[in-house]
Amino acid sequence: MANPNAVSGASTFKIISTIARNTFREAVRDRVLYNLVIFVLLITASAIFLGELTAGHEARTIVNLGLGAMLVFGAFISIFVGVSLVSKEIERRTIYAIFSKPIGRGEFIVGKYLGLCLTLLVNVLVMGIGVSLAILAVGGGSLALTIWGAIALLYLELAILTAVAILFSSFSSPALSALLTFFVFIIGNFTQSLKDFALTIGSSSGKLFFDVLYIILPNLSFYSFRTNAAHGELPSAALLGGAFLYAMVYIGILLTVTILIFKRRNFK
Amino acid sequence: MSYIIEIENLSKDYEVGFWKKKKVRALDDLTLNVEAGQIFGFLGGNGAGKTTTIKILMSLMFPTTGTARILGSDISDFKMHSRIGYCPENPYFYDYLKARELMNYFGELFGFDAAKRNRKTEELLTKVGLDEKDWNKQLRKFSKGMLQRVGLAQSLINEPEIVFLDEPMSGLDPIGRREIRELIAELREQGTTVFMSTHILSDIEALCDNVAILRGGKLAATGNLHELLTDSGEKQSFEITIKGGAAENLKDSIAGIAGAIFAAKPNGANINVLDENDIEKVLHATREAGGSLVSVQPVRQSLEEFFVKQTE
Repeated sequence: MANPNAVSGASTFKIISTIARNTFREAVRDRVLYNLVIFVLLITASAIFLGELTAGHEARTIVNLGLGAMLVFGAFISIFVGVSLVSKEIERRTIYAIFSKPIGRGEFIVGKYLGLCLTLLVNVLVMGIGVSLAILAVGGGSLALTIWGAIALLYLELAILTAVAILFSSFSSPALSALLTFFVFIIGNFTQSLKDFALTIGSSSGKLFFDVLYIILPNLSFYSFRTNAAHGELPSAALLGGAFLYAMVYIGILLTVTILIFKRRNFK
Repeated sequence: MSYIIEIENLSKDYEVGFWKKKKVRALDDLTLNVEAGQIFGFLGGNGAGKTTTIKILMSLMFPTTGTARILGSDISDFKMHSRIGYCPENPYFYDYLKARELMNYFGELFGFDAAKRNRKTEELLTKVGLDEKDWNKQLRKFSKGMLQRVGLAQSLINEPEIVFLDEPMSGLDPIGRREIRELIAELREQGTTVFMSTHILSDIEALCDNVAILRGGKLAATGNLHELLTDSGEKQSFEITIKGGAAENLKDSIAGIAGAIFAAKPNGANINVLDENDIEKVLHATREAGGSLVSVQPVRQSLEEFFVKQTE
């Protein structure tokens, strides 16, 4: 019963990249990138009006405001698009036709994740260029270039947040997943406080609890370089390398857990 | 004999309720084998377990107990999916894609190069009868029938050895149904095995070689469709159609024939008899009443009657 026309299927790399590109296309067609228009308007308005309010510190203020806005816009996409990435496929039953093809559930999750990372990359790049141009417009000079170290760290933070969102969405509803991811985002930016708090607690069980939280939750404060960037500082190679390595390991663990959960799911 | 689909003692329980402690059995110990090169009809009322079975075969769900193999591979082996096709019930696809883009996307997932993807897309969208002007429309603008056609086209993109069709005629108008029926018959001629679940019994009668009927998650009957309908223990009858003559006289004449049923109609009558030997008696009475014979035909139990009996 061998079929001479039988197809062997695409390679894992090809499947993942195809799914990732389609996820990016979905984001574009669902107008996710429209947020860039709002961002550009915000930055342009800031460049025009801030000069009068912050005499002599326009460029520094634009860096602070720009990077802050980039984080908010990016986190918004990571959380809300991230939690619906897989749940929407299940809810709309598009997953039926996908899994009748020779595609593993792991390939699907990784492809969807990378697709959203690609969307975030385009967002961050365009927003970064917008901030750089605004800095140049107010005569900020070299700051327009040095902020890119902070932007690289910010992107890694968003990549971690997206993996958190996908993990939650693999076992809970989109609304609850968004809420949980938002909590992780907030607490993750204050993990050092968790550690400090654990030291001040008398009870050993309380100390253990906050220590475990400190280890489990992503240390997102590691990726905050806004204030330094506003002073023209560049992150050291060691900081960038460490941040990259931490992000890769953390994302790898999160995606592995997501895949293990997703592999056990029944699609009713 | 080797089978292309082998299902052994397959059961599926759904956990229901807030704490998911209550279990509802959707599929109960299903054992079924399907030979290659045929159109296999999978029948059953709503909630009989048809879609659950197909979803388990597609690895969209996991069975509670039992096993199944397709083309000799366990259903958990997703690489085997390169040799099968599936069109879900009421298919949903990425509605931001155009029909052509969707086909292209699925072709890419099978590793086809651009030339092959384009060729298969045009060939299949034409085959399922989707108007060329709709190929570049986003699927969110498609009607149910048009989506059904795209669903069928995508299920055939890899030239599958088996195609699983869950309610393939759903949403189609009568002309569309006829076109898809012809397409399914054509698939069998090309050697593709078709495993089809449907509620439309006339399509099953027109297309299927073998059928299985589910009732409450259990297998109620399976086998060759013709044999099931003729060997079902029902006594065969014969319908005699006559025209002209004095119908009332004829009615009196056949009153003595055991089991005969008389039904008058304009300028004639239909008479059903249970025994082949009674046909001659009816013909004799017809001639005496001044009427003439139009036809005599054996009455086979319809699939509908058989289906109702099996699912009641």
